[in-house]
Amino acid sequence: MIAPDKKEMVNITLNGIEVEVPNGINAVEAAALHGKEVPHYCYHPKLSVAGNCRMCLVEMGTPMRDRASGEPILDEDGTPKIGWVPKPVIGCATNITPGMHLKTESDLVNECREGIMEFLLVNHPLDCPICDQAGECRLQEFATDYGRGYSRYVERKNVKPKRTRLGPRVTLDDERCILCSRCIRFSQEVAKDDVLGFVDRGSFSTLTCFPGKELANNYSLNTVDICPVGALTSTDFRFKMRVWFLKESKSVCTESSAGCNTLVSSREGTIQRITPRRNDQVNDTWMTDSGRELYKLVKAKSRIRRPSFQGSDLPLDDAISQAFEALKNKKIGVVASCHSSLEEQFLIKRLVEETGAKVFIRGHFGEDDGILLSADRTPNLRGALVAGLTNHYPSDHLNDLNESLADGHVDALLVMGEDLKESGVNEDHLKKVPLVFLGTHQNSTSDCAEVVLPGLTVFEKSGSLINRSFFLQSFDQAIPCPAGLMTDFKILARLIDLFSEDSIAPSELDQIWEALSSSGNSVLKGITFLKIKKGAIQLDESKWEHLSFVEKEALHYLPTGVIAS
Amino acid sequence: MYKDPHQLIEGMMITAFAIGAKQAFIYIRAEFHEGARILERAISEAKKAGFCGNNILDSEYSCDLVVHRGAGAYICGEETGLIESLEGKRPNPRIKPPYFPAVLGLYQCPTIVNNVETLCNVRHIIGMGGEEFSKIGKPNNTGTRIWCVSGQVMKPGYYEFECGSLTLGQLIFDVCGGLRPGRSLKAVIPGGSSAKVLRADERFSGTLKDGTEFDWGLEDIPLDFDGPMAAGSMSGSGGIIVMDDTVDIVEAMANVNAFYAHESCGQCTPCREGSLWMRKISQRMCSGGAREEDADLLLSVAKQIEGRTICAFGEAAAWPTQSFVTKFKEDFIRKATDSPKERDPKSLQLI
Repeated sequence: MIAPDKKEMVNITLNGIEVEVPNGINAVEAAALHGKEVPHYCYHPKLSVAGNCRMCLVEMGTPMRDRASGEPILDEDGTPKIGWVPKPVIGCATNITPGMHLKTESDLVNECREGIMEFLLVNHPLDCPICDQAGECRLQEFATDYGRGYSRYVERKNVKPKRTRLGPRVTLDDERCILCSRCIRFSQEVAKDDVLGFVDRGSFSTLTCFPGKELANNYSLNTVDICPVGALTSTDFRFKMRVWFLKESKSVCTESSAGCNTLVSSREGTIQRITPRRNDQVNDTWMTDSGRELYKLVKAKSRIRRPSFQGSDLPLDDAISQAFEALKNKKIGVVASCHSSLEEQFLIKRLVEETGAKVFIRGHFGEDDGILLSADRTPNLRGALVAGLTNHYPSDHLNDLNESLADGHVDALLVMGEDLKESGVNEDHLKKVPLVFLGTHQNSTSDCAEVVLPGLTVFEKSGSLINRSFFLQSFDQAIPCPAGLMTDFKILARLIDLFSEDSIAPSELDQIWEALSSSGNSVLKGITFLKIKKGAIQLDESKWEHLSFVEKEALHYLPTGVIAS
Repeated sequence: MYKDPHQLIEGMMITAFAIGAKQAFIYIRAEFHEGARILERAISEAKKAGFCGNNILDSEYSCDLVVHRGAGAYICGEETGLIESLEGKRPNPRIKPPYFPAVLGLYQCPTIVNNVETLCNVRHIIGMGGEEFSKIGKPNNTGTRIWCVSGQVMKPGYYEFECGSLTLGQLIFDVCGGLRPGRSLKAVIPGGSSAKVLRADERFSGTLKDGTEFDWGLEDIPLDFDGPMAAGSMSGSGGIIVMDDTVDIVEAMANVNAFYAHESCGQCTPCREGSLWMRKISQRMCSGGAREEDADLLLSVAKQIEGRTICAFGEAAAWPTQSFVTKFKEDFIRKATDSPKERDPKSLQLI
């Protein structure tokens, strides 16, 4: 079928009121644009239309025309006569055409919804008190909004498997399943891993994996997100927390340069889960399973929680002073990071300018899965380019640092979280020079550092990152940081202040952005942090087009060269 | 198909030529292995004679014909369900729009799906010419139909007649030898189990399509396409089920409901849940658990299915219940008030 031009606006009549909607979108979306909810289960804006739940039944009609003359037929009062389709139609598969009439509120529609709700609940176990979905369950919501509120069912309910392990991360409760097939369509269409299907027939239909297969792909947890009921549950999150206790913060996944928009859900300072947040230009409504696990880094054993100097703990202020002492009057080498936020990278750049230090930066690369795990496994390599930390595309090692250390061009190091030994730097060189380490987790470099300054994870701070498509996106602090610590860019600002006698480095996001957007760095001109918080900003990437970025074509991403051709 | 498979093949090839199809399929339930074998043999005969396959009758038109054996599901009779099954998938009917077979059919190509009866007629229409063919039967109801009479008649079986050449009463009492001795007629389902049941003492009146008024008893209904339709049911598959006064109407409906609950594909909610719910209600009613309100509940459930499903299976499942309960309400009430608390062990086992 030819995709209809979705930009053209047409008039339709929704519940008797003429409204304007884009041509060709479906009735569910059209009604939603004008504040009318059409309840649905199987329809998902990012999946193909299945039309099996029948919850979105609406009345549809078109103005009648005389067959011979083509003239509109008029009612007695002179208004065009509407030919209503005798049966209700499903909103999800009804595409808007100019002049269409829709009723999302009528006796027939209400009656349909009551009927479908009743049918969906007759074999539903109604085990909300022990169900993880309770509180964010479409069955609960629509039963309240559109159901009759009482049951006429006195027969026995069907019995199905209660806890099927579909894969390492997903557990299925078949009794709760309403057979909407969203998970099946997701596996086929988005994850491209067709492992789910129904067996048995009629009301005994049961969701299951094909024999010998399991739902183990890196996107399996998205099926849990899109399951409108409590059938597919995350094995990790299952029975852990009532969702209404969770505080949600907007964040960005730092797993790779895809920059999936996420919601970090926490309670009392502890993160319980990460779920994707819809962004039609970046990740639709998906994210990787591996990205959801990153919150575990917050409480990882190797987390650096205390500042230390030569192995013994000390207050952060003193540690910063020790760091200054260690670096003062030296030929400093700064190992910046593509994991740092743009704000941190900006202050690193400032520090470098202040001290005349040399910058070294490396990338981290892996396999590109063509969806949302890109080959660049850092969230902000493009930030390092925009901040001016490097003009070259970072390689996956720091051999040049190794040389500089060997020939004495660098005799002190400030390292932003990187593991130098793993990056090709000789351990003996590291032992000879004073080393200041600012990072979140312990590694072989922090082990041999003179001063260790604890950094914060992405969940404990705010900032912004630039993803593979040069979208500038902000993340919010989700949980408080460990006691006695502060955000990385404040530590950097303090350090800069110690080096410079006459100026004060910006140490708040607003101040940093004031400096960033007025520093003549044209791609960030006019941007404020508040603007980024309101929505991702597409930056002009032409300056870096000549670099050979490693990302392959993927969901919402075309390599620059591809666009050019 | 069994006796004259070549009329089907010929009809199909003519049809395929008319629409320019390159590939034709005969979809047959795997249970009919005898039929499939007959067809396969007939196809190879036809191919040898140059009536199908490559370069048919040197016309440079080619169309292959294949017998596909389905694994046995009622829903595979629904055209888009059949197409899905033919593609090797679960036979879940497709949503229409957009998947009208003539636009997006088998493998998303334009496809025409017709039943065997229709395609067999094609051979005769072409052979005789449309005008000559339309002389068989009566206006709007041309050709012949095979009626499959089952139930409590002396001689059940298949009978082919010109459309409208006899009435339901003539078929039951003259052709099929009438009811068993001492029995009286209670109800007839005129067009397969999904057709609405007709009550023996009902009167049917109204105006036919051609404007003639009619006032029929059950036995006066003419056996054509319009007759059963005018009586509020349909001639459907031509499967006539005759029930005499020994039949427990609730049991009969429970049987039909059990069938539809068993055969519902389970794709869309109303049919999936509704058909099983109706089966559970009717089964309970037959097992001594009937309540007076069950009749209305059955009607309400059936109404919640009808017209809200992906395919016509919803109607097929809802209509029997609707008609049984409406027309024999007293039987349903009686079931609740004065029926034994246990099911008769001799009753048919429900699926």
